[in-house]
Amino acid sequence: MSLPDVLVVGGGIVGAACALELAREGHRVEVLERGFTGCGTTATAMGHIIVLHDSQAQFRLTRWSQELWSALADELPGEVEVDRCGCIWIASEESQMDWVRDKAALYRSHGIEVEVLDSLGLAQAEPSLRPNLAGGLRMREDLVLYPPAAARWLVQRAVDAGATIRTGVSVRRVSGAGATLDDGSTRAAGCVVDAAGTKALELLPEPIPGLQFRPRKGHLAITDRGPRRCWHQLAEIGYLASAHTHAQTSVAFNVQPRRTGQVLVGSSRQYDRHDTRVEPEILARMLRRAIEFIPALAEMRVTRTWTGLRPATDDRLPLIGPVPGHSGLYLATGHEGLGITTSLGTGRLIADMVAGRSSAIDPAPYRLDRCLEPQA
Amino acid sequence: MREVASEVLILGAGPAGLAAAAAAAEAGARVDVIEGNRSPGGQIWRPEGATEAHPTTRRWQQRLLRTGVRVHLETTVVAADGPRCIYTVCGGEMSRFRTSRLVLATGSRELFLPFPGWTLPGVTGVGGLQALVKSGWPIEGKRVVVAGSGPLLLAVADSLRRRGAKLLLIAEQAPRRAVVRLARQLWRSPRKAIQALGLMARLVQVPMRYACWPLRATGDECVRSVLLQGSDGSIELECDALACGFGLVPEIAIAAYLGCDVECGAMSVDAQQQSSVPGVYGAGEITGVGGVELAVAEGAVAGTAAAGARVPVRWLARRDRQQAFVSHLDRAFALRPELRRLAAPETIVCRCEDVAFEALAGAESARAAKLATRCGMGSCQGRVCGPATRFLFGWHHDRVRPPFFPVPMAALAAIGTVQPSSANPACYQTFTMDC
Amino acid sequence: MSRQIEVRVDGRALRVPAGISVAAAIARAGVAVFQRSVGGEPRGPLCGMGICFECRVVIDGRRDVRSCMAVCSEGMEIEVARA
Repeated sequence: MSLPDVLVVGGGIVGAACALELAREGHRVEVLERGFTGCGTTATAMGHIIVLHDSQAQFRLTRWSQELWSALADELPGEVEVDRCGCIWIASEESQMDWVRDKAALYRSHGIEVEVLDSLGLAQAEPSLRPNLAGGLRMREDLVLYPPAAARWLVQRAVDAGATIRTGVSVRRVSGAGATLDDGSTRAAGCVVDAAGTKALELLPEPIPGLQFRPRKGHLAITDRGPRRCWHQLAEIGYLASAHTHAQTSVAFNVQPRRTGQVLVGSSRQYDRHDTRVEPEILARMLRRAIEFIPALAEMRVTRTWTGLRPATDDRLPLIGPVPGHSGLYLATGHEGLGITTSLGTGRLIADMVAGRSSAIDPAPYRLDRCLEPQA
Repeated sequence: MREVASEVLILGAGPAGLAAAAAAAEAGARVDVIEGNRSPGGQIWRPEGATEAHPTTRRWQQRLLRTGVRVHLETTVVAADGPRCIYTVCGGEMSRFRTSRLVLATGSRELFLPFPGWTLPGVTGVGGLQALVKSGWPIEGKRVVVAGSGPLLLAVADSLRRRGAKLLLIAEQAPRRAVVRLARQLWRSPRKAIQALGLMARLVQVPMRYACWPLRATGDECVRSVLLQGSDGSIELECDALACGFGLVPEIAIAAYLGCDVECGAMSVDAQQQSSVPGVYGAGEITGVGGVELAVAEGAVAGTAAAGARVPVRWLARRDRQQAFVSHLDRAFALRPELRRLAAPETIVCRCEDVAFEALAGAESARAAKLATRCGMGSCQGRVCGPATRFLFGWHHDRVRPPFFPVPMAALAAIGTVQPSSANPACYQTFTMDC
Repeated sequence: MSRQIEVRVDGRALRVPAGISVAAAIARAGVAVFQRSVGGEPRGPLCGMGICFECRVVIDGRRDVRSCMAVCSEGMEIEVARA
């Protein structure tokens, strides 16, 4: 086996996107995945490709990534279940309509196709929502896909471009020159991209002060197949508010229609949980919230529930860039609940960094140096 | 959500669950039994029609009645928060049972193996057809082939015959010599010997083949014929129904969820029927498929132990005697490797999601296959394809998570909601109502 | 002899013994195909005990009811064609 130019550790959607971009540039890429492609956080994700504007940096990365996904969408095979359903941010109360109008103006100024829905417009767009909601913001370009299939497709494209993937290979340690595997053997490479998700920081040669994230646990439930109940991804604006509370457990209404006629129901957020056990009381709170918004869900059967752990940074931005003090070692993790969306942008940024050229967006807000504690 | 306090909570009111309930209650415990069906008795003592209880069940009912056991019928276990907190749904209503001991007597279900045509209407399980017929399914005058493996084949064939079915063939995949070897062990259990002899006598008119198994069922909208592999070539039979089941698999989902050790697909228990999780006991087919006498013997031990009482030595001995028979059964009806090759590339394996055999071959695990093909993602939650893929590919089951059974969202959403406890809710049933 | 009741299977009146399952009533009505799979294949009851979900029909307007677990009652409307 000849030595790879780049070793990508982690075959989740972020690692897959990095591998594809690097392979397309002609690097010899090898992906090491401890299970199988997309088996970790990717498999537990909802699969939204959305634009968010919690911060300018978040907006730039999500918007750019969404454009990259949209350009790919027609190429993606049926099993990726791409659904250009759009997303509606729901204002429960009139007071939230200011947010709707502000965001609409902002997004329009960036050329994004959005629509402000009043109470009636919302009811027409989504008849199964409870009556008397204030309105909503329809994001026409948002889409939904099936994340593990998307990751598999990206890996397959990377392989077509000359990359190799080794599954069932667990990595213990990474450096700028390669990786040490669990069996003690090493794999040398020109450079290493650590895209190991919630495990990524544990693999670094040593802890880097200031560089941290907290696992954020989320519950999801999916219904049996049935007649289509909703036509957009739906989320309450309060979802964004709950995203900012780092401390406590919160639930928010967020559902997605699936092409199977199933409804995927979220969401819950719990910080610093390391176990993936489904917690009945949290699950129930989340489902009650969903039923409050779509009463007809009450009768639909829930067939499966699961949880996922998302790597959440303090400033809610991913960690993308060279690891200080370790030439040749790059980190691509910390995407929290936006990893499916931002995977493609991350892949581009990493490829640009490895090539030493500038990117379509400024990479500074995602670089690791922002987190580092000032040296005494 | 309704709250129920219990001392010994028993999941399942089949032979093992009923025996456990009686023993636990007679040892002084406050006992609740959860049963998904409309009446107790499990699959083996399933009543004819919906109204009358099976005569054996009625005797148990009388015994339970004296000790105040509460039986919650048409109640499904959907979630748990550790072994002391069990969530159930009945008629859409969520209940939380708090208990100090738990006895799992969840029984078993049939093993179905995919072969071309097995998804056609008219192809059912063996126990499946039995259950359907007991609930009024028309079978009189129908030409039936009973195929697969295990003692259930003869018992069901006899019951179909009594109802006027025209039995064309009983096809047992095990070789005759293996079954004969098993029969030689029957002297140890006179009751089983008498049952077996009676069955053979009543079925003397029915053609029976050993080392014979179905290769393909054909029909357009319903099965019309079945092709079987016999020791002397294949045979094709025109039929109206094909009952096919390859034995029973323990229903271990809840045990696995609670973290109980599972070995070879069955829950591991010690001499007191206690699992690796303290306070969780197992009785009946969940610990290994061994028939009704063993289930009752295990239930009595488990119930007594769960109630904190000393188990009489002769009960342990009775259980151990029955237990000895299990390994003989397993050996006699071991599935032949040819059965792994019945499915054609296009044969459906996961019926809920229509996943074909060829889509699964090469996947590294049940979970990988599920994420890549949707195998096991449907309504049955992998109850049908799970044991099949375990046999076909050696896959271990994916992790169990709530809900253990598909339930309306409203019911799950009620977990943790406070509601004044009602003294006599609609689904709360004791035997006083039936007897 | 058990009491007879009347149910309707896809609009057709059918007299059946009280207490039989809806699955049994459907079979007595001469219907073999209970539902179509996601790929459009014909399906009927398999397990007879409520786990396989192959026998789901519409009962009194309620979708996805497992007919092997449901008991016929007087005047029940059973819809197979819609399932």
